[in-house]
Amino acid sequence: MTRLLVDRLTVRLPRGADRSNAIENVSLSVASGEILCVVGESGSGKSVTASAVMGLLAPGLAIAGGGMALSGEDLCALSPEAWRGVRGRRIAMVFQEPMTALNPLMNVGAQIGEMWRVHLGLDAAESRSRALAALREVNLPDPEGALRAFPHELSGGQRQRVMIAMALALEPEVLICDEPTTALDVTTQAQVLALIKDLQKRHGTAVLFITHDFGVVAEIADRVAVMRLGHVVEEGTAREVLTNPQHDYTRALLAAVPGLRAPEPRELSPDTVLEVRGLTKTYASRGLFRRRKPVRALDGVSMTLQRGSTLAVVGESGSGKSTLARCVVGLLGTDGGQVVIGGAPLPTNRRDAAQLVQMVFQDPYASLNPRRRVGAQVAQGPIAIGVPAAAAMAEARRLFTMVGLDAEAVDRFPHEFSGGQRQRIGIARALAMKPEVLVADEPVSALDVSVQAQVLALLRDLQDRLGLSILFITHDLRVAAQLCDVVAVMRNGVVEEAGPIQSVFAAPRSDYTRSLIEAIPGRALFSA
Amino acid sequence: MRVLKAYARSPAALIGSAILLALLVMGLGASWFYPNDPLGLAGRPLQWPGANPRFPLGTDPSGRDIAAQLFHGARISLLIGFVATSIAVVIGIAIGAVAGFYGGAIDTALMRLTEAFQTVPNFLLLLVLVAVFGSTLQTVTIAIGVVSWPPVARLTRAEFLSLRTREFVQACRIQGLGDVHLILREVLPNALPPVIVYASVVMAVAILLESALAFLQLSDPNVPSWGNLIGLGRSVLRTEWYVSAIPGFAILLTILGVSLVGQGLNDALNPRLAGGR
Amino acid sequence: MRVLRLALWRLAASLPTLLLILAGMFLLLQLAPGDTVDALMAQMGGGDAALAEDLRRFYGLDVGIAAQLWNYLMRLATLDLGFSAIYGKPVATVILERLPPTILLMAASLSFAFFFGLVLGVIAARRVNKWPDTLISTLGLIFYATPSFWFGLMAIVLFSVYLQWLPAGGFGDITQSYTGIAAVLDIAQHLVLPTFTLGLIFLAIYLRIMRASMLEVLSLDFVRTARAKGLSETRVVTKHVLRNAMLPMVTLIGLQAGTMLGGSVVVESVFALPGLGRLAYESVVQRDLNTLLGIVFVSALLVITINFLVDILYARLDPRIVSGS
Repeated sequence: MTRLLVDRLTVRLPRGADRSNAIENVSLSVASGEILCVVGESGSGKSVTASAVMGLLAPGLAIAGGGMALSGEDLCALSPEAWRGVRGRRIAMVFQEPMTALNPLMNVGAQIGEMWRVHLGLDAAESRSRALAALREVNLPDPEGALRAFPHELSGGQRQRVMIAMALALEPEVLICDEPTTALDVTTQAQVLALIKDLQKRHGTAVLFITHDFGVVAEIADRVAVMRLGHVVEEGTAREVLTNPQHDYTRALLAAVPGLRAPEPRELSPDTVLEVRGLTKTYASRGLFRRRKPVRALDGVSMTLQRGSTLAVVGESGSGKSTLARCVVGLLGTDGGQVVIGGAPLPTNRRDAAQLVQMVFQDPYASLNPRRRVGAQVAQGPIAIGVPAAAAMAEARRLFTMVGLDAEAVDRFPHEFSGGQRQRIGIARALAMKPEVLVADEPVSALDVSVQAQVLALLRDLQDRLGLSILFITHDLRVAAQLCDVVAVMRNGVVEEAGPIQSVFAAPRSDYTRSLIEAIPGRALFSA
Repeated sequence: MRVLKAYARSPAALIGSAILLALLVMGLGASWFYPNDPLGLAGRPLQWPGANPRFPLGTDPSGRDIAAQLFHGARISLLIGFVATSIAVVIGIAIGAVAGFYGGAIDTALMRLTEAFQTVPNFLLLLVLVAVFGSTLQTVTIAIGVVSWPPVARLTRAEFLSLRTREFVQACRIQGLGDVHLILREVLPNALPPVIVYASVVMAVAILLESALAFLQLSDPNVPSWGNLIGLGRSVLRTEWYVSAIPGFAILLTILGVSLVGQGLNDALNPRLAGGR
Repeated sequence: MRVLRLALWRLAASLPTLLLILAGMFLLLQLAPGDTVDALMAQMGGGDAALAEDLRRFYGLDVGIAAQLWNYLMRLATLDLGFSAIYGKPVATVILERLPPTILLMAASLSFAFFFGLVLGVIAARRVNKWPDTLISTLGLIFYATPSFWFGLMAIVLFSVYLQWLPAGGFGDITQSYTGIAAVLDIAQHLVLPTFTLGLIFLAIYLRIMRASMLEVLSLDFVRTARAKGLSETRVVTKHVLRNAMLPMVTLIGLQAGTMLGGSVVVESVFALPGLGRLAYESVVQRDLNTLLGIVFVSALLVITINFLVDILYARLDPRIVSGS
């Protein structure tokens, strides 16, 4: 039966926003035992839809039309008091950020137990034993320990399991998941997705699953609704939408999803431009009062990058890949080993190193100084090494056109650009120094999938034109497959496996690499 | 421009600016409004406000015109507030910036120093400084500046600590830019807004410290300070309480003005907090 | 236990700070014109150079500055703060006599400011931008802008002179000799106005930080989670928001312990309370630098002790502190 019905719902934005309605005439329905995936890029209104169903719209947003029904009962007609009784008990929700979604000062047992205490009036002991059972059901290791643990003592995946246990505590009719696996590592994501699917089957819950990732859609969706700028542009069964999309936007989105096919192997130059030799880096415990075990971020890491090629370093969080990137550009000192560029060790002098290696950063919003004109930020490096200011600015304009921006845009401030444009500026800034090696640290992971594809295409194009040598750091094997020649898989500060991307994909030698490949959501669909 | 517009839209900022402007006019025009020495004998002592049209705010126990002292006192309060705040902000930013940017042993040493200053009650330290160096207008002003910098240093340090690891600062490092450029051009402009807002708190505290010192008759006795007048009024508090009440109210208005301007600046510089949340 | 160990570590870490303060103070006082002997001789009505020489030797002032500093620190280690020439007693004795009123006044003011700051801050945040918030925030601004000594004087005029409800000053009624409950009530009555006077500005500061912190916490993700669980607003605030929102306020108590102690100098002077603050004022006026140095030392100890207690409280509120992440 239809558990949740959203009927021509319109939610108004506060005045002064970039459009008048966050969502317009959105109609969705989810039956019991069914997973409906709502897919869209940022600004599509998918999260607003979820908040509206929960009755938790942000201040300033208001329902302007349409309605919602839970098992036939009109939700919009409920008093705030009655809404509260529905929330948690009949509609529950799992949020995106497992790190911040739990109260840091309350232990896990108390936070889950609160569900029974508040909704059913059970006493502390009873709700505690039920919480324990709930933690067992989500397969947490050491459920007794988890009961007493505070959120900061759990990993991201464990916290998300706690969130799921809490959401399902009262066997709600509808479960809303708002990007629940986006912040997780790929192997953890696969486990959490499997858990949601398993629990949903067992309890017959209707699930409204919000995501931006078509891989995740392919993994768990029964039906799919694609949203764009507040409208549902296409709806259908998962098979129909994924294999035979009707709407242009859906087609474009699907085309932008990085496939899993490795590119054709290229002839690589015999000339080694970057060599990392036995790099070791330990984060020591710092301070008198916080004794922590020293962490080996890099443990004898070696790799080589051939001139004009791309070496992708792939790893999950804590693998040491970002530490490696920072050691290679000289931002971090090493405890042992060497970084050799063009045959000589990386100079310790900042100005000399700047002409050998440059970096493109992950966060397009944090990597540009908000208070300075972007042109000046591109030109300042060359000026520091003695290029006359006028020549450096002219070069900055030329670089702007090269990365696909208007040359006149050099006089603007960062806030006037979109995320993808800022990443282009970051690339221009790095190229201005004419480096031997370009280190790209997760350059597309903060971008929407369609923008991602454009930035990757730009990097590939620049490599062809300028013969760039790129060290590409990513957590996403699919992205690595887009443009790298050689891949190195890292785990716990050690290189697990390295080799040409084609052979690593076709026949991974390490179990870990295999589990990474298998965990890629939608693998079956997108590698075909 | 955006900041200026946001500032002008804040009612707190407008009221605060109006108060401070009025005080500024009082202070700058004091010699024009009351050309005679405000500390000189003007008439019969202890005339109630309004009793004598020559002295709209009455006279103090020594027969000096309270209104004249009020006007000249505005000059002293603003001057001390402004100069002491500048001293505190400059010291605080310098120490906080170096500590936060370099971290490590430098940070530890500078933070120990800051802690030492914060562990000694600031007013007590002020008393010691005045006891040692005397209580002329200059020494009092400098002393207030010297005891007020630690919170500025802590705030600046915290901002620097978070900003120095920002990607845009790292990008500049990789571009080969020197520390001086990083500190002055990249980090400081982004660290300043909260410090500017906090400067209003420093100024309020500086004015309060001076008036408290003057109230205890430990400030410069040769300048017409509001605190001095309140202290003088103590001896006649039971009957002629207006002698203390009037200058105290002036201090209250001044601090209110400074705080409101600070609040307006905060609303303008941190727009996230300003909107109706 | 881990909480205590952590706080003890922090306490140990403040030893170098204390040392820095003492050395700095000692050197600072060397810059002062005239020393204890000069003050003493002035009080005796003058004397010859030979007597001064003898006295300097007696007070250990005849050796170099470094040696004097070393001797001073050594004496401090045995809690010997020297001798007050003005009071004719050991400094430690003088200070100890004056300590109870100050501690009582600070404890009372802190409790007053903390409790009402918390309550008013919560009310303002719950009714943000509505009239209760406007009223409370405006009151906070005015309280903040009120000079404490002036507020004290005006309170004396109103409550002691005109209404005659409360005593105008002193730590107890010197014309009576109360015992037991009566004495406690007498002291309490004398402390009412000083407590409000000293606590007012801190009340303003706490209410402002509590309001801001409440608003900050209310916008966090876990509050959304709590609402999604179907908790009532009251439960969301009391069980989830309040404790998180109190953390910045608790930090502030430690940071401002010194400011509050400094404020007591003025307040004790206004209400003629025989406390540490008034002693500081007297020793400045009488140029009794030995006592002043002792007061700085004891105040620093007091501030460090308060911070120790605040650390324990903070660690009890926030489990993340103890596990060090």
